Amino acid sequence: MTVKVRADGARRSGKGRSRAALMALSGVVALAACGGHTGTTGSQGGSQGGFQQAPQTNGTLTVWVDSTRLAAAKLYQKTHPTAKINIVSYDGDANGSNYLQTKVSLFNRTRKGWPDVVFSSQNNETSWAVQAGFTAPLNKGLIPQSTLAGWAPGANSPCTVNGTLYCLRNDLAQTVLWYNAPLMKKWGYKIPATWEEYQALGQKVATEHRGYLVGSAGDTFTPEIFMWASKCGANQITGAKAVTVNTTSANCTRMAALLDTLIKNRSMSLSSVFSTDFDKNQADKILMLPGTSWFGGALFEGTFKTPKGQIAVAPMPQWSGDPTPAVGNVGGGTWLLSAHSTNLKAATDFLTWVTTANDYQGKVAPGYPAYAPAAKVWLANQTSSHYYANDITGPLQTAAGQVWSGWGYGQFSQEAIWAATITPGTTSGKSIVSMLPAWQKAIVNYARTNGYKVSQ
Amino acid sequence: VSTPSIRGRAGTSIARRAWWPGRAGHVFVAPYVVLLIAFGIVPTGYAIDFAFTDTTGRFAGLSNFTAAAADFRFGSAAAHVAVYLLFWLVSLVVFVVGLALLLHNVAVRGLGRTLRFLYYLPGALAGAASVMVWLFMLDPTVSPAGFLLRAFGLDTFGQVIAPGHLPLVLTAIAFWTGAGGWIVVMYGALNNISPELLEAARIDGAGPWQTAWRVQIPLLRKWIVYMVILAFAVGAQLFVEPQLLSQASNGVAGRDYSLNQLSYDFAFQNNDLGTAAAVSVTLLLVSLLAAVLFVVKSGFFDAD
Repeated sequence: MTVKVRADGARRSGKGRSRAALMALSGVVALAACGGHTGTTGSQGGSQGGFQQAPQTNGTLTVWVDSTRLAAAKLYQKTHPTAKINIVSYDGDANGSNYLQTKVSLFNRTRKGWPDVVFSSQNNETSWAVQAGFTAPLNKGLIPQSTLAGWAPGANSPCTVNGTLYCLRNDLAQTVLWYNAPLMKKWGYKIPATWEEYQALGQKVATEHRGYLVGSAGDTFTPEIFMWASKCGANQITGAKAVTVNTTSANCTRMAALLDTLIKNRSMSLSSVFSTDFDKNQADKILMLPGTSWFGGALFEGTFKTPKGQIAVAPMPQWSGDPTPAVGNVGGGTWLLSAHSTNLKAATDFLTWVTTANDYQGKVAPGYPAYAPAAKVWLANQTSSHYYANDITGPLQTAAGQVWSGWGYGQFSQEAIWAATITPGTTSGKSIVSMLPAWQKAIVNYARTNGYKVSQ
Repeated sequence: VSTPSIRGRAGTSIARRAWWPGRAGHVFVAPYVVLLIAFGIVPTGYAIDFAFTDTTGRFAGLSNFTAAAADFRFGSAAAHVAVYLLFWLVSLVVFVVGLALLLHNVAVRGLGRTLRFLYYLPGALAGAASVMVWLFMLDPTVSPAGFLLRAFGLDTFGQVIAPGHLPLVLTAIAFWTGAGGWIVVMYGALNNISPELLEAARIDGAGPWQTAWRVQIPLLRKWIVYMVILAFAVGAQLFVEPQLLSQASNGVAGRDYSLNQLSYDFAFQNNDLGTAAAVSVTLLLVSLLAAVLFVVKSGFFDAD
């Protein structure tokens, strides 16, 4: 079965009436019709907080969340019984689905239907949402500077465009080294502090305990865990529409060669950690797994159901001789506030609560909160649950400040490019080192298609 | 459409109705015409409008078309669709006709009816849902046919969806979901062939093979052409199969695979409706051209 997708909508007000009539006939209306505001016009809008505000109505607040953040919206409703809130669940834009962008471009055509507050699991939404006029500036009066100062250093950099803050980071996704503590102890292995030690240990595991894993390179976020942490300049966003791409520097090839070695001796898996294959055959063979902060709750505790007291955290290995430690980052969601909202006060209130309140971020949220005071409470809670075999506070807190800033947040998805360019090659036995030029070409092509000026 | 019953009535109603003799027929067709205009003709006109205008609504000549053709994904997407069409049309013609003939020759009535039902069953599933079934079928870890995949040396989902396998994989999905309806249609067409003709062939000494090759298939020609024209248009618009495959594999396979996916990307990722429409209009032209070619070459509208 195939479906032909057409996009319709009134492009200009000049042709408005006939266009609107045509649109009423076209199927897209059915898609675009949800979540429209029907409130009456109240106080007049105007240019406050750095943008042209819509007339405010104090109507029902529409909030879009993914299934994980549903708990947050529901908790808000419970703790704020007088708030009128309409919770809509969507895919959270996961895996670069572009659902939000697709919908907003349709709403922009129909001039209605925008949600007031949106959660996205992606942290590059500002790359299109600012241009589309969808996101409201937050640091120009909507949210006080004293509140914004609470975010971890650099946490909101994916949300900042030319000094203006257009979204709030929900959680951090700094990378660390997860490992099976009892197993490491039993086999007498030392936690690797450098990538050289990590590779040597991988080779040792391959001969001494065949079948056990020191990591996985089968996921779309493999470049973010390994290449980002190795300071590989594949994604240096230098301006709003400018990127520098260099995938063949020594920083890239050293990590690619490490991965190739471990893939070849099979101590590095080529299956996605979320695949059925990995869950069934490899999840109980993990000795070490470089991954992000949310691996603990989402992957080990949630998906693999690893028993209590096994999983521990160490800092990400570093290249020996490198004076400035660096880690990668995989996602970490963001919250966006619609510039078209007719309920700015209620929307701002929700946004502030959901990103900073200990009731949610400190006690319920599955990921490491981006808001530092909430992160403290969250870490204390994790420690008191005694799920982990060591104290995860130190390594996670340190890593939070070590995310290498040379990897940016562009409109094109680095995950998607890696998945389509490198993953089929590694599956068929090609080395990553040999595919680095092809990776470069693909990034350049996608960047240009998205209107980026590319330097190489 | 003629309505002889109306003419037979007495009185003034004959005089009144005579000026519009096909009224009942028009009433039956009207809902379809309304839907055709609303969801077929108007959007097509709209797409053509978009394809020839820029973002400000001014006439843009062929610039949207050249922009689409210049995109780095266009050539590979067009090649993917062409290879897929080849696989899909050949498999459709060979297997649909073959299976319909087989079905027609099954002497046991109950078996024939059961097979007919089985062929049609996958088509009864909603399109996207039937593609989802395949995502399980193709994952050796969970597939009921996992042993077959492993026999071919395919141990993981990633190996199954390697780029070289995609035309076959997509054809298998499309055939499974779409061929059942055509088998039933062909079977109906076979039933229309007069039994005397087959009887005569048998008396002349033709076996089942010769009957099929020299009598039944030539008489099915128009139906086959009809199927190829529609299947070509549907196949050229390949979208759901690679799109779902892409989502299931987190983008490893199927991303930007077909022209329609490219059009979708232009529209919703790059906010470039003009170029997106240009791709759609190109597909429409190619499908129309193919249809005209098939109609002319096969004498589709010639009277028997």
